[in-house]
Amino acid sequence: MSENPLRDEIAKAIADNDVILFMKGNPDRPMCGFSARTAAALDALQTPYAAVDVLPDPRIRQELSALSNWPTIPQLFVRGELVGGCDIVTEMYETGELAKVIGVEPPASAPEEAPVAAEPGAPPLQIQNNLQN
Amino acid sequence: MPTAEELKHRIEAAIPGSRAEVNGADGQHFSATVTAPEFSGMSRLEQHRRVMAVFGDELGGRIHALALSTRPE
Repeated sequence: MSENPLRDEIAKAIADNDVILFMKGNPDRPMCGFSARTAAALDALQTPYAAVDVLPDPRIRQELSALSNWPTIPQLFVRGELVGGCDIVTEMYETGELAKVIGVEPPASAPEEAPVAAEPGAPPLQIQNNLQN
Repeated sequence: MPTAEELKHRIEAAIPGSRAEVNGADGQHFSATVTAPEFSGMSRLEQHRRVMAVFGDELGGRIHALALSTRPE
């Protein structure tokens, strides 16, 4: 164990969840437009994902960015690898790459633009309480 | 307050041969399209990291948001 339990906790969450989104707010109540768009792209793929709200404790964001070498929120990880933030995820959703990376079927009627609002999908796993030590 | 013009110059100065188009009239939320020869061979993630590194801690602070689109020249 390192001397940074919060960073270890974040690393473990990334390792334990195939698809995990660090965002402001949660998928039902995103607190930032960029987080909302990223969650909406995942919702449109109807794939389950873990979501972590970084807002309750500013240290979550600090440690996450230190770990990922990515300065902004949201951040999407798939099987332990950083995929990107809102721009990259949105672009990959539109080209079908996001479905491929996650390993799901693209939506039947591939929309030309990323969805703007969340659609009903599998309820996201909430694990943010584990990160508020 | 940062301006689109400032961001454009800083990106073009920091990344050799790059061209940046930057918008952001409100001084906080910017969007940039950046082309640079060195982007070829880099993943999209690396291309974005390269541009964001120009601004360091200012991102999320002085520069509230920078929407990015990058491509090789």
